[in-house]
Amino acid sequence: MFWVFLGCGILLAIGATCAIVRAERGPSMLDRTVALDVFTTTLVGAIALEAAWSRRTETIPILVVLSLVGFVGSVTIARFASTEPEGEKRIRTHEEVAQEDAARLAEEEAERIANPPTAGPPSTDSEHLGATPDGEVR
Amino acid sequence: MDGLDWGTVADAAAAVFLVCGAFLAFAAGVGVVRFPDLLARMHAATKPQVLGLILVLIALGLRLRSWEIVGTLFLIMVFQLLTSPVAAHMVGRAGYRTGKVRTDLLVLDELTADQDDAEQAAGSESSRPADERDARGEDVTGRPGT
Repeated sequence: MFWVFLGCGILLAIGATCAIVRAERGPSMLDRTVALDVFTTTLVGAIALEAAWSRRTETIPILVVLSLVGFVGSVTIARFASTEPEGEKRIRTHEEVAQEDAARLAEEEAERIANPPTAGPPSTDSEHLGATPDGEVR
Repeated sequence: MDGLDWGTVADAAAAVFLVCGAFLAFAAGVGVVRFPDLLARMHAATKPQVLGLILVLIALGLRLRSWEIVGTLFLIMVFQLLTSPVAAHMVGRAGYRTGKVRTDLLVLDELTADQDDAEQAAGSESSRPADERDARGEDVTGRPGT
């Protein structure tokens, strides 16, 4: 019986590791969501395996909670998923971020000098106030 | 039937169910890593979410052998069956709308064809006067409902 439980534990561990690998690789937010769903399910399996091994019942409420709220994360991420620009699929280094910020600031400064602000109703469109941002999933 | 110990039988059955459930979780992990696009990964991810969980919970029930626990385990199963389709639907819909679906891997893509038909129908409707369509209770913008 011990070897059966050990084998199950190894299988679950490999499955969880693969899910973590996919969550790290991406490439999109939805792939990570799916991978983390697999990880949650594997976690439920591991807790159930431990409860079956030691014949204990205290951990069963954890399974109830995980099966109830495990889907909240993926639903939230899927609700706010949007088209990702090509360059933003990886985490940028500090130097790249600083460079982009400097370029953007210089551009804004040049634009401000070229057309000085005129008195008028403030534009609400630039920050998507009251409108939906581009690429949002409705 | 004297020599047969039902506890041992239940434990053996629980072991079989546990191995099957753990194997499904393992297969889901491998599939999530190796499959090429979002829909294929979702297909792999569904296996331990429903069948794997049911097998593991049956095994747990066979190990614990108490009716109160079986009721709780049944509740877990019902919750999982209620929530995982919601998550899968939302993820699949968002994936389709943000272009994560590789259409070259699809055998049949009925949604895109249906959407194109709906957009064409909406385009031909919009040539009629707006108040006429408004009177019939249609969406004036001519957009298909989301």
